[in-house]
Amino acid sequence: MDLSRFERVTDNEWRINPVGAMRVPGIIYADADLIRGMDDKVYEQITNVATLPGIIKASYAMPDAHWGYGFPIGGVAAFDAAQGGVVSAGGVGFDISCGVRSLTTGLTRSDIETHKDSLADVLFAAIPAGLGSTGTIRLNDRGMQAMLTGGARWAVSQGYGYQDDLQYIEEYGCMAGALAEEVSQQAKRRQRDEMGTLGSGNHYLEVQQVIEIYDRNAARAFALHENDIVVSIHCGSRGLGHQIGTEFLKSMAIAAHQYGIELPDRELACAPINSPLGESYLGAMRAGINCALANRQILTHLARRAFERILPRAELSVLYDVSHNTCKQEEHVVDGKPMRLFVHRKGATRALGPGHADLPEAFRESGQPVLIGGSMGTASYILAGLPQSEQRCFASACHGAGRAMSRRKASKQWHGRQVIDDLSARGILIRSHSYRGVAEEAPGAYKDVDAVVDAAENAGLARKVVKLAPVICVKG
Amino acid sequence: MDAAVERTGMYLQRVPKACGGKLPHALVTTAKYDWIIVPPQRTWEHFSHQADIGIRGTGATLSEAFEQAACALTAVITDPDGVRATRAVEIRCEARDPELLLVDWLNAIVYEMAVQHLLFSRFEVRTDGHRLSGCAWGEAIDIPRHQPAVEVKGATLTELKVAQDDGGRWIAQCIVDV
Repeated sequence: MDLSRFERVTDNEWRINPVGAMRVPGIIYADADLIRGMDDKVYEQITNVATLPGIIKASYAMPDAHWGYGFPIGGVAAFDAAQGGVVSAGGVGFDISCGVRSLTTGLTRSDIETHKDSLADVLFAAIPAGLGSTGTIRLNDRGMQAMLTGGARWAVSQGYGYQDDLQYIEEYGCMAGALAEEVSQQAKRRQRDEMGTLGSGNHYLEVQQVIEIYDRNAARAFALHENDIVVSIHCGSRGLGHQIGTEFLKSMAIAAHQYGIELPDRELACAPINSPLGESYLGAMRAGINCALANRQILTHLARRAFERILPRAELSVLYDVSHNTCKQEEHVVDGKPMRLFVHRKGATRALGPGHADLPEAFRESGQPVLIGGSMGTASYILAGLPQSEQRCFASACHGAGRAMSRRKASKQWHGRQVIDDLSARGILIRSHSYRGVAEEAPGAYKDVDAVVDAAENAGLARKVVKLAPVICVKG
Repeated sequence: MDAAVERTGMYLQRVPKACGGKLPHALVTTAKYDWIIVPPQRTWEHFSHQADIGIRGTGATLSEAFEQAACALTAVITDPDGVRATRAVEIRCEARDPELLLVDWLNAIVYEMAVQHLLFSRFEVRTDGHRLSGCAWGEAIDIPRHQPAVEVKGATLTELKVAQDDGGRWIAQCIVDV
């Protein structure tokens, strides 16, 4: 994008002043190079979101923003119900509560070196990954209802993991306000055999190594040390979430007009928060969040069993679990006054600063762990929320590297076998059912995650704690 | 494909009987099978989107454009030529305009793929732009053989267009989320 279209606030904050139907400004947190690399559609989508009723402060984009559908991916927008604010199915996305969970293992790189191949094989066999894979859990109506209202708490009650895991999950593993009855039979049917599956695309389970520590105190609070082995799981609410998104996108696109909402793009489909459709979506979407939390909990259990077989002394403990496709009701201070807002984060992570009441005791001083997934061959990061992130964009930060190249172009540029061989030569083991899938996710198709994370830190969204390098990647 | 015969650029193909009796375009029908004409060339394509992928079908009629868009949907996942047409699924949808109808049609296919673990390679559509009755032929997904690259989560309203170009040819397109 052309920088001249923005007003420079700082080196890492760029503003689009409101014009036309925009109710608030647009703000991108990124450096000049990252903005230059963004598609013009990101600009269009930020300004479109700024026209929605009841939007508060600004329409934000994170350093990893890219062209999405309706909202940009890497978009954050908060709405006030009292001012006619809306909830948008497009603003959450199809993969409701897609997120990252990281686990510490109590192992270091040298502990796994000689077991790497067998660990990769056992994980690949244990984790249902890619299109067409199914889990072993079959839920009847009662089980489905309990899962949709209980989330990871339900999963633990079924024997998938430990009670202790729950305190290190957003919402303590269970999203309140979920309405299982607002989830259609079709959505439930789509989930019938998909509990405990990874999905595909950019989803993965990675074994990673801590290669750099930036903030020793926070790293200690996160129980991370140099060379430690960490497991990170990136996935979401599977078919159930996709179906909820699909159905509400359509009904909101049709109903918006009836609610007197003029949409600059049909994909921004939304409904007033205080409307039957808005409430119905919120209930279903929260059930979708619980499905994602339960799914990551089951995958954690599967990863634990796999590690047990190869490295029995491994102890996989949940470091934290963050969702990056959500709309949540949160309290934020706007112009000195506390407000209950509905914060949409689409491809953006909540990043609570130190002292926040919603954080478990262990992170009260450090701030919330912010888990940033990179691409297969590069790096991932764990950041921590900052006190000022609240003032920046409702305590939000980036969620990953963000794509720089389309799948189509990537699959023409690389061949999956070659990508796997190249990574293997660098000591990174890839396990996947599809070469084309690997090519589409080639590291070169992503933005430079280092630049994205630096921009997030420089903009005051979150601070770097550790850098993780991939060792094994089970690709979804 | 079962005994595909090439005749003057068109393919004659045997497909299992489905969708309530003889297909309107079937040349011959027997107790178990219909013989249908398959266009010789694909008239679908993908177009770029930064994170996801655009699918586009074109055709002489709206129905053909919808059929081709569905082929483009399969091609996001796997090569449609590698998917055998051994099972048939009937699909019906209704929407207020042809664009939302396209999204419904594609999402109905996504749904059938997901719940029945199928991939589809042949489609037949009858539509007036508001109501659609169609049939999709395919087979159970076979991970080693089909090597599915990615799962389609749903069809979006982004870059959604159903229209005729200057030459009267129909275009049906949108971005799908993967």
